Amino acid sequence: MEKILNRDEGRLLAERIAKEADVKLHECYQCGKCSAGCPMAGSFDLMPRQIVHLMHLGDMETVMKSKSIWLCASCHTCVERCPHDIDIPALMEKSRMEAQKRGYCAVRNVKLFNDIFTETIRGFGKSQEVILEGIYNVGSGRLLQDINHVPEMLQKEIVRPELNQVRNKDHVRSIMKKCEEGGALN
Amino acid sequence: MKSYAYFPGCSMDSTAVTYKKSFEYIAAKTGLDLKEIPDWSCCGSTAAHTKNEKMAYALAARNLALAEKHFPGLDVVTPCAACYSRLRYANYAARKNEDLRQEIEEILQMEYKAEPEVLNFLDLFSDPDLQEEIRKGIKRQLKGLKAACYYGCLMSRPREVTGETDPENPMKMDEILRLVGVEPVIWDYKTECCGASHQVDAPEASRELIDRIFRNAQANHADIIVTACPLCNMNLDMREEEINRKFQRSYQIPVFQFTELIAIALGASASECGIHHHFFPAFDVINDQIRSGNISEKREQVQKVQEDPLKSGPIIVGKAGK
Repeated sequence: MEKILNRDEGRLLAERIAKEADVKLHECYQCGKCSAGCPMAGSFDLMPRQIVHLMHLGDMETVMKSKSIWLCASCHTCVERCPHDIDIPALMEKSRMEAQKRGYCAVRNVKLFNDIFTETIRGFGKSQEVILEGIYNVGSGRLLQDINHVPEMLQKEIVRPELNQVRNKDHVRSIMKKCEEGGALN
Repeated sequence: MKSYAYFPGCSMDSTAVTYKKSFEYIAAKTGLDLKEIPDWSCCGSTAAHTKNEKMAYALAARNLALAEKHFPGLDVVTPCAACYSRLRYANYAARKNEDLRQEIEEILQMEYKAEPEVLNFLDLFSDPDLQEEIRKGIKRQLKGLKAACYYGCLMSRPREVTGETDPENPMKMDEILRLVGVEPVIWDYKTECCGASHQVDAPEASRELIDRIFRNAQANHADIIVTACPLCNMNLDMREEEINRKFQRSYQIPVFQFTELIAIALGASASECGIHHHFFPAFDVINDQIRSGNISEKREQVQKVQEDPLKSGPIIVGKAGK
């Protein structure tokens, strides 16, 4: 696979992410506790400890192309058990943001779900579970996903047709716009 | 009793019907004073912190700034584990980094001091005054009901954000449920992840997580699993039948919100605690306990129950909820 980031660029990016996440990558001694306790590890293509190792080597290309950064559920079990408090969820999250900027996405549906979720917040100021799931089903092509629950949910009034909205939607939208326009953290 | 600023979170107005109903019942019975934050908005949830860190802080901080403005000096309480985590993260980051706090103020165009403490419902119910009110109001003892208290990730971890002293074995829910006679079991999956939104966007990778939680609860002889979060509850309750089919299991473990059990103990009828909104049938486990005499109604209270059957009738409602 052709590497788009060369070694130095990869190293610089990894160092920046580690600094932002307040992680010292060299402190990881590969004990593997993070990977042993990770509930999503069964579906990961790179184990959490491998992500840390690759970042230490400066191979951000492989990290950003992995499924793992998308499947991490941010449950924080890894960092809770890490003998060196290495904040792996923060490394995953920041790698995911960098991957998005470069157009990488190994698990399309996770990105799709988060994109739709963000847009429903922009649209209504609150999350709309029914609309979110509906648009997601269309966008992902999984038209029938969870559809079997819908009649029961309507019958038991677990979901209702009306929308919950914020009154001051412009405030929420301006907050989101300002954050998207940039700044130190982006 | 203390007053709190209240951040319900989006699920409380939609899928978390049981949580909402049972909680409102308890609030009315105990005189709990919660002041809903005016015009609150989404905390940003998973979506915001996946895409843009500053947006994640700012969307959460909007609600905290509103709370500071309308209810100065009050702590903020929220029923949802994800809202709790996002609100606490915003405070945590803003307290650590003054430049960030000022930048958030700039984005919000509001004053945001990051002062109020953010509490979840387990914190709220650990308040000794509220516990005393509950103790005084008990009409049914849920003795012998074995519960696996499921806390999930975000109320315990990361510990520097949540302040939880034992993130691998939190005890608040266990202690709250003991108040009404429930017997919490010792089990291993208290704080394992339920998969959260990955149950929608990566179901192949995450269904197994739910299976493991049920398997461990069953192995430790739990009658029910109890949650304190709208999404944990829905992931377990809505998908239990599917898990049984998919993994050839035969779990018979209804999933409750902890507030439902408190409401039942305080005398709520089925419709008042919202038990008929469950996906997986939940009546039998309670009814069996009543028939076996484990759930005992106080004699002097039974009289009252009959006076107004709609208000605090017995929980038995036949097969109405399936």
